[in-house]
Amino acid sequence: MAKPPALLVLADGTVYRGYGFGAGGTALGEVVFNTGMTGYQEVLTDPSYRGQLVAFTYPELGNTGVNPEDEESAKPQVSGAIARNVTAQPSNWRSRQSLPDYLRAHHIPGIAGIDTRALTRKIRSLGAMNGAISTEILDPATLLARVQAAPSMEGLNLANAAGTDRPYEWQEPTPTNWEFVADPTAQEPKVTVVAIDFGVKRNILRRLASYGCRIVVVPPTTPAADILALHPDGIFLSNGPGDPAAVTEGIATVRDLMAAAKPMFGICLGHQILGLAAGGSTFKLKFGHRGLNQPAGQPGGRVEITSQNHGFALDADSLTQAGVTITHVNLNDRTVAGLAHPTLPLFSVQYHPEASPGPHDADYLFAKFVGLLRDRQAVAIPKN
Amino acid sequence: MALAKSGVLAKFNVELIGAKLEAIEKAEDRKLFKEAMERIGVAVCPSGLANTMAEARAIATEIGSYPLIIRPAFTLGGTGGGIAYNQEEFEQIAASGLDASPNSQILVEKSLIGWKEFELEVMRDLNDNVVIVCSIENFDPMGVHTGDSITVAPAQTLTDKEYQRLRDQSIAIIREIGVETGGSNIQFAVNPENGDVIVIEMNPRVSRSSALASKATGFPIAKFAAKLAVGYTLDEIANDITKKTPASFEPTIDYVVTKIPRFAFEKFPGSEPVLTTQMKSVGEAMAIGRTFQESFQKALRSLEIGRFGFGGDRDEELPSLEQIKKNLRIPTPERVWAIRHGFLAGLSVGRSPS
Repeated sequence: MAKPPALLVLADGTVYRGYGFGAGGTALGEVVFNTGMTGYQEVLTDPSYRGQLVAFTYPELGNTGVNPEDEESAKPQVSGAIARNVTAQPSNWRSRQSLPDYLRAHHIPGIAGIDTRALTRKIRSLGAMNGAISTEILDPATLLARVQAAPSMEGLNLANAAGTDRPYEWQEPTPTNWEFVADPTAQEPKVTVVAIDFGVKRNILRRLASYGCRIVVVPPTTPAADILALHPDGIFLSNGPGDPAAVTEGIATVRDLMAAAKPMFGICLGHQILGLAAGGSTFKLKFGHRGLNQPAGQPGGRVEITSQNHGFALDADSLTQAGVTITHVNLNDRTVAGLAHPTLPLFSVQYHPEASPGPHDADYLFAKFVGLLRDRQAVAIPKN
Repeated sequence: MALAKSGVLAKFNVELIGAKLEAIEKAEDRKLFKEAMERIGVAVCPSGLANTMAEARAIATEIGSYPLIIRPAFTLGGTGGGIAYNQEEFEQIAASGLDASPNSQILVEKSLIGWKEFELEVMRDLNDNVVIVCSIENFDPMGVHTGDSITVAPAQTLTDKEYQRLRDQSIAIIREIGVETGGSNIQFAVNPENGDVIVIEMNPRVSRSSALASKATGFPIAKFAAKLAVGYTLDEIANDITKKTPASFEPTIDYVVTKIPRFAFEKFPGSEPVLTTQMKSVGEAMAIGRTFQESFQKALRSLEIGRFGFGGDRDEELPSLEQIKKNLRIPTPERVWAIRHGFLAGLSVGRSPS
């Protein structure tokens, strides 16, 4: 099959010519890069990548095809995919579909055959910026005009659209053959967790279920009173896309929940929202952390190799001033990677303990959260 | 090992650092290794240890089918081992294996021929930080010694879930074996039909694959192993490439590394140019490319065997289809060309003809 010509244009006018894979068409978004060498399917279906054109720095994409188990949401969420080399002939026993076929079926355009290393170096030096890929607009000036008309990621609330629009219950744990830590026999007593969905990854819900949680997933704009009416043992704040400071309803809700002294655990955007609600501030990172090999911990302590995906971060000084404890730092650039409150039962991490994709080093955080809920349950209902 | 056991090290108050004697024994002694793996729930290959021919025959009967793999204990590069496809071969290889092993011990195990083979290079420090430096996938399936196999870094055909399973098992293994600091190489077989994982072996030291992993990733395993052995932790050592970030990370690369072994069967008259579980290569070429195709072709060219890539360098007369199929069945140093010939003759990717 002939490969259709395709164009990638960045907001600064840089042009890359390659060929299209997946669907034809035009896609606009913030161009970011992910450095993982595995897990492209999880990345493509992670709602936190909404509104973005994701460039994969690992140059071989599609070797393991696509399978139904590895989706982090019901469909691919990225605006488009950027790759060095793509194969339509996967080699893996779980593969059900090739990557190009999968993206075509979901109307997601991709561009391959470009120098992704040059692109990555550009983003590293100039910072993440908007861009467009197209198989139909092959004139760079025309495509550039479209890019320059697109809004910046800063100030964009994408979480409200990424989360569920109605509450639902989640019960499915990590399948037995993929379980790696939790003891499925030690799930009692069950605890009830309300998860505020800013664009949640399925594997977070699976990990909570594996540790014995009954989970009610609620829309991102649910007020605190409605959440408390569900009588949760704890509240989970999910990951999600966009600028955390723009998620004003979510921040207000979390502030109200803090006043109610409910146990809370946040991941990624949830962590940022918790920090903002506690009085901290966020800023946009130059090119973000997106990959599977980010070391986190306290200097001299145990190091966790973590999966990360964020373009914004909490400001350390603002947290300290707000009286929040910084529990983990990113050992590469010393940005805030985890926080806890000195008096309230809440903690959060910037990275992804649910992995998928990535290492399982931080899975203990789910055990810690559920342990906290069980301890409080045991105090509340004394056993005779 | 002999020095430590004879008490010389203790007499002169010399401490073994990095991998202790017990850890080396646990990893190298087949029985201790199998018991250790059972304790942490990692699957090992159905097998048995024999010190005599009678014991060897009993194990062969219990496993129940050929081919069987014979590996002598405590020999470098698997000297004296091999694959037995029938009872006659079994008698011969088992006897030579018993002879080659310094403690007259062989392992007889179920054949995993045709399974995918992967290696992970693991490092651990005194704070119990563990990182995976590199994953390697063998182009040749199980049945061809890793030293003779074309290998590719990073692993090419594992999804994240499958790779993380190997990573979790590797971390559990280095902790259970008790390598306190330094690098280890852990080899896995993965069933291409259903993903079943079996751990093949663990080398509690810097190995041939560590050299490849170091060159492939820029993570200097031997240098860091020495630093870890004297008490540094990974987060105290600077990343050799960035100089700014710590070594407590897992290298990620934006290229593909291919290693192709070089053979010299012509210099050993009487040796059969067939690749088995016993290593026969005499050297290797490694190449880095931005795609698998590029690195593979560069490595082929670097072998200095008069070839300049995957066959685009000359007009060739195709062997008969019969001959091509035979060349694909029996792995020899020429197997790469057999694959090319197969494609040219119209064969397609799928299960290899058996």
